[in-house]
Order: sequence, then structure tokens, then C-alpha cells
Amino acid sequence: MYAFEYHRPTSVSEAAKLVGQTEDVKFLAGGHTLLPTMKLRLAGPAHLIDLGQVAELCGIERSGDTLTIGAMTKHTEVANSPEVRAAIPALAELAELIGDPHVRNRGTIGGSIANNDPSADYPAACLALDATIVTDRRTIAADDFFQGIFTTALDEGEIITKVSFRAPAQGAYAKFRNPASRYALVGVFVAQYADGVRVAVTGAGSNGVFRATAMEEALSRNFAPEALDGVSVPETEMNSDIHADAAYRAHLVGVMARRTVQAAAARG
Amino acid sequence: MTVTGIGAPVRRKEDQRFITGQGRYVDDFNRPGQAYAYFLRSPHAHAAIRSIDTGPAKSMPGVIAVFTGDDLAADKIGGLICGWMIHSKDGSPMKAGPHPALAQGKVRYVGDHVAVVIAETLAQAKDAAEAIVVDYEVLPAVVDTAQAAKASVQVHDVSPDNTVFNWHLGNKDETEAAFARAKHVTTIDLVNNRLVPNAIEPRAALGEYDSGTDTYTLYTTSQNPHVARLVLSAFIGVAPEHKLRVIAPDVGGGFGSKIFIYAEETVCVWAAKKVKRPVKWTADRSEAFLSDAHGRDHVTHAEMATDENGRIIGLRVHTIANLGAYLSTFSSSVPTYLYAPLLSGQYDIPAIYCEVDAVYTNTAPVDAYRGAGRPEATFVLERLVEKTARELGQDPAEFRRRNYITQFPHATPVIMTYDTGDYAASLDKALEIADYKNFPARKQESARRGKLRGIGFSSYIEACGIAPSQAVGSLGAGVGLWESAEVRVNPTGSVEVLTGSHSHGQGHETTFAQLVSDRLGIPIDQVSIVHGDTDKVQFGMGTYGSRSGAVGMSAIAKALDKVIAKGKKVAAHVLEASEGDIEFKDGRFGVAGTDRSLAFGEVALQAYVAHKFSGQDLEPGLKEGAFYDPTNFTFPAGVHICEVEIDPETGVTRIERWTAVDDFGVLINPMIVEGQVHGGIAQGVGQALLEGAVYDQSGQLVTASFNDYCMPRAIDLPSFQIDMTVTPCPSNPLGIKGCGEAGAIAAPPAVINAITDALGHEDIAMPATPQAVWRAAQKARMPMAAE
Repeated sequence: MYAFEYHRPTSVSEAAKLVGQTEDVKFLAGGHTLLPTMKLRLAGPAHLIDLGQVAELCGIERSGDTLTIGAMTKHTEVANSPEVRAAIPALAELAELIGDPHVRNRGTIGGSIANNDPSADYPAACLALDATIVTDRRTIAADDFFQGIFTTALDEGEIITKVSFRAPAQGAYAKFRNPASRYALVGVFVAQYADGVRVAVTGAGSNGVFRATAMEEALSRNFAPEALDGVSVPETEMNSDIHADAAYRAHLVGVMARRTVQAAAARG
Repeated sequence: MTVTGIGAPVRRKEDQRFITGQGRYVDDFNRPGQAYAYFLRSPHAHAAIRSIDTGPAKSMPGVIAVFTGDDLAADKIGGLICGWMIHSKDGSPMKAGPHPALAQGKVRYVGDHVAVVIAETLAQAKDAAEAIVVDYEVLPAVVDTAQAAKASVQVHDVSPDNTVFNWHLGNKDETEAAFARAKHVTTIDLVNNRLVPNAIEPRAALGEYDSGTDTYTLYTTSQNPHVARLVLSAFIGVAPEHKLRVIAPDVGGGFGSKIFIYAEETVCVWAAKKVKRPVKWTADRSEAFLSDAHGRDHVTHAEMATDENGRIIGLRVHTIANLGAYLSTFSSSVPTYLYAPLLSGQYDIPAIYCEVDAVYTNTAPVDAYRGAGRPEATFVLERLVEKTARELGQDPAEFRRRNYITQFPHATPVIMTYDTGDYAASLDKALEIADYKNFPARKQESARRGKLRGIGFSSYIEACGIAPSQAVGSLGAGVGLWESAEVRVNPTGSVEVLTGSHSHGQGHETTFAQLVSDRLGIPIDQVSIVHGDTDKVQFGMGTYGSRSGAVGMSAIAKALDKVIAKGKKVAAHVLEASEGDIEFKDGRFGVAGTDRSLAFGEVALQAYVAHKFSGQDLEPGLKEGAFYDPTNFTFPAGVHICEVEIDPETGVTRIERWTAVDDFGVLINPMIVEGQVHGGIAQGVGQALLEGAVYDQSGQLVTASFNDYCMPRAIDLPSFQIDMTVTPCPSNPLGIKGCGEAGAIAAPPAVINAITDALGHEDIAMPATPQAVWRAAQKARMPMAAE
């Protein structure tokens, strides 16, 4: 790890002010990607702004069909929140499937979304649950937020403050884990709304999280696993590595999507 | 059996300190004035070094020194060695390329050592390493085991075809004849995947030099500190043997990878004198992946000949073994004498012929890893036996039984003479526990749920307790493989045992104390086991090959016999009886036929105060030493049965049942033995389903972190059903065979045999990842489409 200057603001405005005063800055949320990268000397920001003491970034609120989660809310808190369990049980289940207890007790929803790791879970939830990402400067629709692997609509120094999700009638998330890292090799989030079904896929796409539109159309017509027969995602747009090539990933997207629909339907 | 004697499931004495963070590992030692070493490693698999400019690095903050291979050469520090000479079929010695501790002119794998920076802090050393300017001429790399001998790339000048040796074992002519008259021949092509050892504690070294006494101390993560000292002094020439103290304190796992003498400890000892400061190096996990000696990496073609009665009459094996970029300390022995002599397995095979071509590649050195050669042999044989049974339409259990060796001793055509065993007894017990007869019903039930169920056998044997020194010497070993022990009885009757074995997870502090407790009739908390320090223990060959019980404890038993014999002399004087009338029983020396006796502790005190005998009659004191050299290998054997269920939609394999019936001879502590079996199976399942080191064509290690290299987790394993059969080993005084590697040896073929049974075809390689199994399941379901 290279030396850096450590800052610990207690408010969003203080954090934003620090960004304005310095260059070569990184925000520290849960640190699960940033700190290992720094330890390996693959990243060496001059300034690290730890958001861990910014109380206004934490918390979960429900208002009608809208569930809002503060950016620094930890995975464990989402997993165990009665509000989340009541409004969008699939989201609580997703949080419960992230990493291991250590990870869930440090990792945050805002950190996960801002990083947009192609195999992270939350980006799939954001897309499928028609989320709105709120920053210290503006609001961004999830459909506009994720712009490819490790790339988002965030500007330099922009801070995610919270994420709002739209509660679906039915929803479920299923993940096929990378055997080694336990990240999503393929993760599929399905959400059924009155105005249609949204299907988001993480882990599989060569350009990061994406919506499987053909599946959405098929499931909007008939929300049942068999509706997906013959519907697939294009292999050419899938990621390929030593754990899973594009054909296997494309196949798994279909399997996980069917299982997700089944689970959502079973929940009723 | 007493509560702490032989056979008692005594809780491990050492665990209290390990699980409360009180263990002391190399990195826990810090010496006054200590500096930190950081090794600059090659980013290229193969490159010539045109120049190294250390100037800018030397002037960086906190930097004490920067050294390269030239500095080692100037001090006449020799290269690392391979201590086992193998001769090729034509009689020529193996071609050992130079292995400098820091590169000289060339780097040969990613992670190879280019230079070392010694600085006040590790961060400063790392910063300075980035400032070293190395001008590389990048060369093409060879990484593929099967292609290495044909490659245009040459790893070492001494070996134009990248071949270390072309070795063979067995009776070629008889084997040819057997195949000529065979009714049926089964062939198989296999890859034994390369593994990264991944001990929980990474390697570390702390070198220190005392200019007042001109002595060196090395704290190192070693399984065999005396061998490390011998090699560092006699071959590498870092320090004279009597001036070098090697300490291997608590060591967090080895699995073979800490047997070897590496560049880092060599440099730390040498540099400590150069910079007049203690020098510490601790590997991070990335360095461990790149530079710990890897395991396995064989490509094999094998054939089995059977006659009209379904009896195996011949076995022919050709293996290419990848030894990596350099010959590690015992690398040459692994695919040769630790491999081919095990190819007879539990079977009476009259003719066996095995050829092994060892090759260099631009990859990390490959050496012994849990099982070392024996897992590779067992994988070949047990896959081939299973396939043969299937081709002959025979039940795999009964095919094995028909071919089992039943008469002992049994001389195989590949050196070994098995002393004892009852293979059918293990099979019977395993079949019962595995509920084999109801397997078809379970398979049907799985099929109803759309799942594929399979069952796989592994009837393994291994050779442990290595080994008779004369025998291994005749096979090329550079050392003898006896063990030493010293039993020091204190005047208060407590006992210290100094052993040349080394515990890095095995629980010697408990099991060795159990032996002493059993023999001397004293509680185990009156016994201390001392190991891992060349200044304390006279000499020892260390721990590997499941030898600490069979060889290390036998040496202790021998020394205990001498202590008891001396005790009888002391007791005879004190009790005023003749020595011949003294009996030692239940911890007391007594005069036969009388009620006069002394406790062990009383005799110890009398031995030291020496008031009751004259120095002319008897030497005072009670301390005895022994060297024990085994007369044969030991031959643990057993039957493992694995039952899997495959989800053909995803390719996920779940192990539903695991049965292990092992014959380890006499058990000292069955709880520790079970733990060894559990760990061994986990590692074997890891190899079969999860683990595989992958280099890309340029020689970069793709699986260089736990993100990509998949270690077994608890969730990957079922609850094991473990049982034992016992045929005591006749070749050592305790009847012990050894248990440390059995699981890792038995497991891989059991898993793959189960998967191939489920799939209905043989085409699956290790690791059988979900992707690989899914693809194989596609092939099974759509044979037409696959063609």
C-alpha cells in the first residue's frame, strides 16, 4: 500500500468540500474492492475519504411502494431490515447472499453500486427494481446509471447518498456463484410490476449488468418459467473466463431466470 | 489403554495456544535492529536480463542495501540444489540446470527472484523495488507439459529438449508379453492437474548474524530444519553447519511445500551478515501463489491388460511430469520413486512397466505436495481399474476384489514388498457403510428429480514412513531417512523428548506425549515435546511422507526402551536387588515377587542424586538417545467410496456420501487420525472438483489469488463416514503405518469415478468444475449432437 492522506468527514457537505479541495481522491465505503487494490499497489490515491462516520448516509425508509436505503447502509442491515423484508423480500435475500458475514458487516450498498463490479449483486437489483440513485448533486435512473464494467454515470467526486427502489408485485433473485470467489458468475433478478416485468442480469455480461429484454417481454406476457423456453441471451454479449465461457454463462442465465421466476411465483 | 496412552482420543495439547492466538510463528519473531527484505520478482515467464540498475533504488529513503545475483556470486554463494539424483534409461544423470537464489542473466518463471531490497520498513523496501530498472529481453515461454519436449523454447542450456530425464521402472519385456496375450486392453489418457499448496501460513524467513561469535540464526517455516541447515551449509555455502542455527517454530501447515530450501531463506541468512542487521521476509499470499513449489502436473497415457478371467495381467504407463523452471529440493523423486512403485496398488499385477519423462517449463518449480507421487499413481490406477471394470461389464467392487493381493509379504514388479494388509476387509466394511446395495434405488430417486447420481471407488495404497536409508540411497537419495530422538528425564521425573520430526499441524505434542505416557506410566502433562531447533535437537530428517509416527515415534520408542533399561539398573541399586529381578510395569520399578517398588519419578531422582551407586558401577543421569532406521516402507491402504449427485442443468456436483475405511495399522490417537483423514479428503476433493493452477500461454499464472484459485470449503463437503480396519505394521515397533496423506491420495479417483459413473462416459478432467461437468453432461445426453 502506498501512503495516503486519510480523511473522515461527518457530513456529506464536509465530504464534498474535501473533494473540492484535493485531487486524486477516493471515497472509502466498505472498502472490499478499494483496500485490496491498494494493498496490491494497483491503486494509490493521494487522499482517502472515509464515509464511515457520515450518519446521514445510513438508514432504511419505506414510503408506500418506495423503499429508500442510505448509501452507507451495510448488507447485514438490508438483509435483516423488517422494512425491506416486508416491501421487497427478494432484496433482503440478495443482501443475505453477498459474500460472507465479514463482508456483509462492512460492505455497503452505495459502495457496491458506485464500483459497479460486473459480478456484484446490487446492480442487478437496481436495474430490476427500477431504482433511482440519489447523489449529492442529482438523481439518476438506474437504467442510466450503469454504463459498463466499473463505469457509472457518477462524475468525479460525486457522492451517492441513497438508493430508492420500487416495490414489485413479485420478485426474486438467484445467483450462481463463481466457485472460487463466490461472486456472481451469473445472477438474475426478476421483478414483476403492473406495467411489465423487469429482468436484470449480473455477472454474465461482457459489458456488465444488463436487462434481458427478450426475457422481460416473454415474462410480461406470461410470468411462468416455461415462458422462457426458447428465449435466451446472446452468447456474443457474454463474458468469458477460466470459470465459465460465454456459452455456459448464456445457458446459466436461462437456468437462473427460470429458477428465479419459479421462486417469485412460489412466494406469491 | 489408559486415558492418555496409545489409542486414546486425547485432545490436542497444542490447540489451546493455537486457537487463542498464542502460537509463535516465524513472523511473530522480531529481533533488535531488524530490517525487512522485499524480493523483486520477474513479471515475465522467460526473459534474458540485459542489465539491472539498482542505483536509483539504493538512494531511496530507508534503503539499507539492494542485492542481485552478482552479489551472491561474488560471495561464492551456491545455487539451490535438488537432492535426489535420477538417472535416465540410458544411464545418464538428470540434467539439472543452474538454480541461483537471485537470477543470473535470465529469469525462467513469473515470480522468479531478480533482486532483493533490504530497508528499514517493508513499505520502503517495496517502494525501492519499484525503482530498480531491469532491462529484460522477453523470450517466448513454454508452459504446456505435454509439448515441452517438442518446444522450440529452451529453458536451460543443459537440456536442449527441456527434458530433465527419461526414466523407467518395471519389467518391460514381461509387460509387452502380457499385453500380447491379453483378452482385453483398456486405455486411458489423464491429466493430473497442477495444484498450489496454500498452507494457511505463508512462508517466512528471519536471518540473524552475531559478529561476536560468528554465528548465524535462521527462523524459517520449515518442515525439516536440520535438512535446511545441511543444505544451506554444505551445498549453498551460506554458513558452516556448526555456526548456523535453524529454528522452525510453530509452522502453520506445510503439505510438502515447506520441505524445500528456497531462495528467500538463503538470501535472508546471507544478507543478515552483509548488512549487519537481522533481515526478515514474510511472503504475502500473492508471492505464495507464484513461488511456493506447486504440486502434481502430470500428463499420462496408461493401458491395462486383462485376461479371460477378468484378472489384471499387465499395466503400461507413460507419464510426462512437469517439474517447472528449476529442480526444487526433492522434485526429481516425486514422479519417479514416489510414483511408479505405487502403480501396483492393492492388486496382484504380474507385469508393470512405467516410463516417466520429466520436463522443464517456464512455470513455478513443482515438488512434493500432500501425497507426492502417490496421488498421481493412485489416480492413474484407480481410474484405469474402474474403466476396465466398466468395459468388462463387471461390478467395480467385485472386479477390484478379484484382483486384490491376498498373500503377504507380496513383492510387486515395481520395487515394493508389501508387508501386510487385508484389502477385502476394508472393501466389505466400506460397502456396508456406503449402503452399496441400495445405490440403484437412490440413483432412480435422483433420476426422478432430473438429477444424475453416480458412485465411485478408490482402493488406494501408499508407501509411508519413508524410508530405509540404504534403500533410498540406492535409488538416488542424497540423504538417509532415519529419525532421531532423545529422551531427557529430569530429576523430578518429568520428561522432555527431543525429536527430529517437525509438527506443522500434525499434533506431535500430543501423540508423542501419549507414547511416553503409555511407556513410562506418567501423565502426558509431565511430558514436553521439543522440536524444530537445530541447537536443541541433535539431528533429524523432518516431517513429510507420513513418517513422523512410523519413523519418528519409533525412534522415541527405542530411546524409551533405553531409559527403562537404565532405570532398571538404577532401581536395582536402590532396591538392593539384582538387575535381572527388576520389572517395570505401570510406571513402577519393582523387584519381582516382592512388594518392593519405586515410582518412575523416584528412580529418576535417584539417577541424578547418585547416592546409591558408585560412578564406577553406573553413570549418573537418565537421558538416552536413539536413531531409528526403518526396515521397510509402511503400506497404509483403504477403500473410499464417493457418491455424487449432478445437476445436469448447471453442472453442479454435490457429494452426497463419503465412506472411508482405512487401515493405518495401530492408531496412537484416533481423533487426530480422523482429523487427518478429513483434511486429506478435503484436499483430494479440492483437486478433483475445484483446484487447478492455470498458466496462460505467455506463462502468466491466471489463478494467482483465491479469487480464481478455488480452495475447498466446508459447504463443498459432506459429513464423512469414517471407519478403520487394523493390520499392525510388522516393520516398526509400534505397528504404525501413517495417515497424513491417505485422504488426498484416495479422494480424487473416487470423485471422478463417481462423476463418470453418473455421466455414463469417461470424458471429464480434473478439476470437474460446474462448467466442465455441464459440458460433459450435454455430451452424455446428446451423443449425436456431440459428434
